[in-house]
Amino acid sequence: MATIDTPAPASEDHAHDHHDHDHPEWLAHHFDTPEQQFDSGKLGIWLFLVTEVLFFSGMFCAYAIFRMLRPEVFEGCSEFLNTKLGAINTGVLLFSSLTMAWAVRCSQTEEHKKLVAMIATTLSCAMIFLGVKAIEYSHKWEIGLLPPGSFFYDPANPHPEGAPPYLLYLCLPFAIAAVGVIIWALVAWVANKKFQLAVAKPLVVVCLCFFVGVGLGRILEGAEGNGAHEGDSHHASAAHVAGDGHSDDGHAADAHAAGEHAEGHHGESEGEAHASSEMEHEAAVAADGTGPASDGQLAGVEVLAQSELNTGARAMLEAQRAQSQLATGKVTTSIDQADPGIAEIEGNVLTPRQAGVFFGIYYCMTGIHAIHILAGIGVLVWLLVRAVRQDFNRQYFGPVDYVGLYWHLVDLIWIYLFPLLYLIR
Amino acid sequence: MAAHGHSDDGTDFAHPLPVSALLAVFFALVLLTIVTVAQASFDLGSFDIALVMGIATLKALLVALFFMHLAFDKPFNLIVFLSGFVFVGLFVILTLSDSKLTSPSFEPIRDEPVAVGDV
Repeated sequence: MATIDTPAPASEDHAHDHHDHDHPEWLAHHFDTPEQQFDSGKLGIWLFLVTEVLFFSGMFCAYAIFRMLRPEVFEGCSEFLNTKLGAINTGVLLFSSLTMAWAVRCSQTEEHKKLVAMIATTLSCAMIFLGVKAIEYSHKWEIGLLPPGSFFYDPANPHPEGAPPYLLYLCLPFAIAAVGVIIWALVAWVANKKFQLAVAKPLVVVCLCFFVGVGLGRILEGAEGNGAHEGDSHHASAAHVAGDGHSDDGHAADAHAAGEHAEGHHGESEGEAHASSEMEHEAAVAADGTGPASDGQLAGVEVLAQSELNTGARAMLEAQRAQSQLATGKVTTSIDQADPGIAEIEGNVLTPRQAGVFFGIYYCMTGIHAIHILAGIGVLVWLLVRAVRQDFNRQYFGPVDYVGLYWHLVDLIWIYLFPLLYLIR
Repeated sequence: MAAHGHSDDGTDFAHPLPVSALLAVFFALVLLTIVTVAQASFDLGSFDIALVMGIATLKALLVALFFMHLAFDKPFNLIVFLSGFVFVGLFVILTLSDSKLTSPSFEPIRDEPVAVGDV
């Protein structure tokens, strides 16, 4: 008995396309209006995002504490992180955020085919991100940059032989998934199952994009790989060249792209120039027996020492002479020459207790972020299926919106991770 | 393609963002990323991390307000999101200051020598 004041009871035999006030299929019965349903879901997802922010803040806090206590460890180890790959990952994730927001728009304007394309593009970008990540991780595992318990990087032997093929292990699950999806697509095409084919086709592209990411990472890592490792050995030997200048001073000309390669060489050539000029200096010292940098400081002492009565002055000059003969470094009055610069610091921090802790934090933060990306991929595949089924309309687009919010948060976290981990100097 | 004037019964609550707005925000984000990478080449001392965090926060604001739609939503969602950061602030500030004050008394810095073959 429906009166004017009470809503009509939900009937079991709904027409297929419903836009009137009787509860359509996509409107849950405990909601009165589609807008109320949307707002409730939105509040729910925002609360979830708050918990995610707090979750990651724990790791950011650990990062902050250890960086505050030992900044030189962070500066030294950050050089192992390939800035170019990190920047590409940032760009890829930003683009995926764009396509995700666009997908939300498409669901609101009922552009169904475009929606499927946008979701598929977001998925592909996620896969590229993971591919680049796989290259970064496998490379680090091979050379021993690991958490403290397993850390074995040795600057004297940066490329140990006989490392397990980590990249292969990482690619294997994605290769299996790609093969599986391709087989599914072929079967669906042969059996003429249109819906399954419509879902499988974009998924094939998505799975193959993982290997696009791997290829991209391979190219960029390989281009810098030789340079970076020359830089490593240069760094190790430069650590023993006293007075090596800052090996990574402003190379404003090129972006960090070739920067790492150039830095290693530049630092070494600076160091050599320094070393040779210092050796000349020391030779000059040995020749005339006066202390180096005797600009004005020791002049007075020398004058005093000319008299035999001034034993103190004579002893001081003797001490200077002995010191310059014994010392393998140099005596200098300039503080700039005394600062060994970041090259020497890196040589000292590559121990499990120092660099290991940095990499423990690095793997924790980027690893949990990667797990969030994987979870996002899973949810986006579900969304793709629903989009192909055209579940969404002008009044029911909540799921796309909520997954979009989650995806933007994942992007936000990477926006903070990238400068904090990759761009330390 | 939003159909306005279709039915004015409060069911047209969707607010699709125009494509131009989406693209503009995207290009702003890319620009800020380039700035971030570029500034890492310059040594600004302690100002460094403040600048990097500032640019990252600007990017976060763009993503949150436009991509996440907070600028056009009911304000309660924004209040909820910001309150999360209040607690993050409490957490990080208190923990960091405690760590700074008490860490030296825990254990001395014991670092092993570098495992280099030949000095």
